[in-house]
Amino acid sequence: MLILSGIAIVVLGFALRLNPLPVVVLAAVATGLAAGHDLAQVISAFGKAFNDNRFVTIPWLVLPVIGLLERYGLQERARALIGNVRAATPGRLLLVYMILRQGTAALGLTALGGHPQMVRPLIAPMAEGAAEEPSDDDRQTIRAYAASADNVGLFFGEDIFIAIGSILLIKGFLEQNGITVAPLDLSVWAIPTAFVALAVHGIRLLLLDRRLRRRR
Amino acid sequence: MITLGAVYVLAGLIFAAVAVLSAVDRTNPRRIRNAAFWGLLALSFLFGDRLGDFGNGLLVLALVGFGGVWGLGIGKPATTTPEQRRESSARRGNALFLPALVIPAIALAGSFLLKPFVQANQATVVSLALGIVVALAIAMLWLRPPPAAPLQEARRLFDSVGWATVLPQMLAALGAIFAISGVGDAVGRLMTSYIPLDSRIAAVAAYTIGMALFTMVMGNAFAAFPVMTAAIGLPLIVHKFGGDPAIMGAIGMLSGFCGTLMTPMAANFNIVPAALLELRDRNGVIKVQIPTALWLLAANTALMYTLVFRQ
Repeated sequence: MLILSGIAIVVLGFALRLNPLPVVVLAAVATGLAAGHDLAQVISAFGKAFNDNRFVTIPWLVLPVIGLLERYGLQERARALIGNVRAATPGRLLLVYMILRQGTAALGLTALGGHPQMVRPLIAPMAEGAAEEPSDDDRQTIRAYAASADNVGLFFGEDIFIAIGSILLIKGFLEQNGITVAPLDLSVWAIPTAFVALAVHGIRLLLLDRRLRRRR
Repeated sequence: MITLGAVYVLAGLIFAAVAVLSAVDRTNPRRIRNAAFWGLLALSFLFGDRLGDFGNGLLVLALVGFGGVWGLGIGKPATTTPEQRRESSARRGNALFLPALVIPAIALAGSFLLKPFVQANQATVVSLALGIVVALAIAMLWLRPPPAAPLQEARRLFDSVGWATVLPQMLAALGAIFAISGVGDAVGRLMTSYIPLDSRIAAVAAYTIGMALFTMVMGNAFAAFPVMTAAIGLPLIVHKFGGDPAIMGAIGMLSGFCGTLMTPMAANFNIVPAALLELRDRNGVIKVQIPTALWLLAANTALMYTLVFRQ
């Protein structure tokens, strides 16, 4: 069970709010040593995996464009656009965004959205713009909910699409174990949960409006 | 043809520029550390394939040293004032959204059109990079900023995100170490040997809750699914109690996604947005997601119990 020491280190590191980078390295070293590799092998394996996973960092390349547009007032524009819509509230706006995100993800269009591309430059400023004179704490809460609307919409929409990674993983794993299922059989059973997710998080987004009103 | 290699070179050059601009920013007392951190990242993207596995490992250790142990500072690149931004936003109007929307549009079109030419998993990344380059060209031609502006503005954002920039990639590498060390199997054995699973509801609850918990540990439902399904899903729900494997698999994976909403290990969904949105609490996004995730986990357990055994 020594092999699980890495998990313990990660849990402890996050609980104590240490900087995650050294915690991750320590966890990797502890796990690798427990599995019988020597230190040099663990460092090599970690280096190889880091190098092989460089594509994970590519979405950051959007920052020069976003930063440049912010320099010319993108966030101010997003706030002003929504500030003119009388019926707009942070909760309603984020609900509309979540529905769009979930709907497009269900059609396989998962690239339409994401935190660096959509939430930071457009959705979060719009949601803040829809609030009436938000305090600093209000702004923090609204931004956190903006990120959550993107996540919930994506996670519980994408599995309805038949060619998404997770559906193919389930199909492949069941096939290895001698069970053949069609992707469509998997994706239809993602629909009930999708509706529950929309209802639960949708209600919580609308409750956010009430909470913001009561704080005033 | 554009390949992932070309995208890595582009990334390397951007990180190198951020490193150089950091090094000459005297307003940042930690400018040397910042320069070293972004410089090492540039090295990784430009020459990672030639450094060897051990060389890359040492590079990561140095990156962690500057970014995690000693800590980075925040530079003050020249940018516009709030008044200038309001004035520019009023004058330029909604056209400001256009370059930002070009990125997802091209990313989307590209991931379909490039599929026959590029490896499937690369198509998305390559078309995203393509969208970024086109959007940047449009913005530069239209707004005519000082030539270094996009890089200085990128540095402003990279500095505010800081070490969280590399956390998703670090966690992906940790997942690889877990995989080669057999952590998944150990957790699976642990779960099945200590929990009595002699009723249908116990088996379903152990599977859905186990998927969520194991996903929280691994940061990724894809890593949890094969382990939990081999340990509980297939032997108990399908073979012992005669459940439907398609329903089990679909709802099992979604139970894992409930875990993704609750864990800092899923850094690009939870920690990175907190940094990008400049939240004071780095767990701020997770905190607003936990109630939704728990309701959904309960709903998934109930749904699987009522649907999976119905034939």
